[in-house]
Amino acid sequence: MHADPTNPLLASWPDPAGHFGAYGGRFVPEALMAALDELDAAHAAAASDPQFRAEFDRIMRDYVGRPSPLTHAARFGSHAGGATILLKREDLNHTGSHKINNVVGQGLLAARMGKSRLIAETGAGQHGVATATIAALLGMECVVYMGEEDTRRQALNVARMRLLGASVVPVTTGSRTLKDAINEAMRDWVTNVDTTHYLLGTVAGPAPFPKVVRDFHSIIGRETREQVLQRLGRLPDAVVACVGGGSNAIGIFHAFLDDESVALHGFEAAGDGIVTGRHAATISAGSPGVLHGARTYVLQDEHGQTVESHSISAGLDYPGVGPEHAFLADIGRVRYAGVTDSEAMDAMALLSRTEGIIPAIETAHALHGALLLGRELGPDAVIVVNLSGRGDKDMQTASAWFGLADDETR
Amino acid sequence: MRLADAFSAARGASRAALIGYLPAGFPDRETAHELVRAMVRGGVGIVEVGMPYSDPVMDGPAIQRASDVSLAAGTTVRDAIDVVRTAAEAEAAACLMSYWNPIARYGLERFCQDFVAAAGTAVITPDLSPEEAADWVRLTDAHGIRRVFLVAPSSTEARLALVAGTCNGFVYAASMMGVTGNDAVIGQVARDLVARARTVTDLPVAVGLGIRSADQVRAVAEFADGVIVGSAFVRAVEEAHSPAAAVAAVETLARELSTGVVRGAATASENGGRE
Repeated sequence: MHADPTNPLLASWPDPAGHFGAYGGRFVPEALMAALDELDAAHAAAASDPQFRAEFDRIMRDYVGRPSPLTHAARFGSHAGGATILLKREDLNHTGSHKINNVVGQGLLAARMGKSRLIAETGAGQHGVATATIAALLGMECVVYMGEEDTRRQALNVARMRLLGASVVPVTTGSRTLKDAINEAMRDWVTNVDTTHYLLGTVAGPAPFPKVVRDFHSIIGRETREQVLQRLGRLPDAVVACVGGGSNAIGIFHAFLDDESVALHGFEAAGDGIVTGRHAATISAGSPGVLHGARTYVLQDEHGQTVESHSISAGLDYPGVGPEHAFLADIGRVRYAGVTDSEAMDAMALLSRTEGIIPAIETAHALHGALLLGRELGPDAVIVVNLSGRGDKDMQTASAWFGLADDETR
Repeated sequence: MRLADAFSAARGASRAALIGYLPAGFPDRETAHELVRAMVRGGVGIVEVGMPYSDPVMDGPAIQRASDVSLAAGTTVRDAIDVVRTAAEAEAAACLMSYWNPIARYGLERFCQDFVAAAGTAVITPDLSPEEAADWVRLTDAHGIRRVFLVAPSSTEARLALVAGTCNGFVYAASMMGVTGNDAVIGQVARDLVARARTVTDLPVAVGLGIRSADQVRAVAEFADGVIVGSAFVRAVEEAHSPAAAVAAVETLARELSTGVVRGAATASENGGRE
């Protein structure tokens, strides 16, 4: 069952070929295999290089602003059955989300591999902004692929990326969202792999990406575990996060995987509701298949063609999910459930009005989950929510949804 | 026709095998069958029927557009296997090229049975790595289906040996680093890759990606056992004003390309004795 029979810990996955149980692996054109091997080797070498770790830690502290705080959300908690809700404030990181952790790590790896050009896909634009940021910091060229539909609903982030010096390429193929941006980035990478590192933004894709991205985000869970222990003298009862590709969720879950007393919950985008078919709840409603280089859960039709996903949140609008999540779902270690657009938007408003914190719409899915969980577990429960991003980028969507602009309320 | 027979027939005539690709269901279900027959009439000896896929990361704009058209009309693996049967009936070596998920979803055992029943000879799997292919190798061996995997200019010597060792049909050498339909000069990169592949395998080595003209075919035929043309056929279909015009255009293109596969006598002996 385990990657290494002598190591029973869940945290020890993947196996050397990048499998998490039956999931993961590499399903990519041969042209990319050498680059994936190179990345795997660079990542392994960096992990045991004290200089690399020191540089990563320095940037995390002096540039990103880590450790991120853990905020007790008491007024919000009163709506969650009185449970103690603790928010892990990844929204306070430089660039406004957890995405910066991974781009700093991979940016340094790219420099180590002698690459001068970074490419990335982005949905909500948070990963694109983060990649453009690290490219500016390291003096590298940067091209970000973004579905045309997403460039419209996340126009602010498009402007941020361009101001940071990146080229943003609107992708007009397929469903014009995140899935197609990944296809286009992979085509660029196949063509320019000599000079270019594909800075994949989530724990999906071919091995070693799920492991590499997880490693750089696992700082979230390590900090959280220490902060909760220090503050409360015990572990939390539950840790919750939203799941699109699943990077912020793996980031906070990983340090708790082998703490049996800590329940882990991932909340997917149920869009208009799973029964409507218009959703992005890959684990809840998908089936095992291959997408973007890995075996994982996929939203697909009976013929193995990927089905378009739907979510109000561009960052969760993805018909696949990281293979480690597929594995954790199958073995029952993490429970996954769907949260609809309107449930998420309500939670976004509630956190804004009770705590003065405007969360990203992605994150709001996790906040709705925390409300349900708190009501179920009661006032003695301690629940940590990964507050993965801030909501500034979503003001256009929120404004239309809630009727916030003057001309919409009159 | 069996794949090996197609390559030895070509070798016997001092030429490279001409391998033509078109997706099933493009521009529509019926015409796709006609196009395959036209290709064979024009001189294509090995037909690669493409199974369209929603996320074709190895393909450039032409094949992406064709895949979208075909999928919108509801093309399935079953339909692609039907086109394979048409190619076999036209006495070509009938191959199918598919990204992995549609085959996996169809079911490997069922796929192998249906493919053999359609007289298909080989399957090309561009995104299945040898590392993930254990079940595929077992089942294709059991059913006598030939496997084709890709090697690329970036493949290390170790990977060349691994990939070629997993093939038993031919080795598909990508002419360059890039996607299908690229506008590129086919040259030394492809020649070097074929030479490197020959050090690790006795299988025929065919070159594809970006080959669209008889001149390019002629250049590649000098050093490869097979020349693969895909996007150029797709474009010929796209530019035709009617299904009948598409059929004529594909036959004309195939005829033109097949003038390029004949080798000079000196090069032919160099490649003699290969299987």
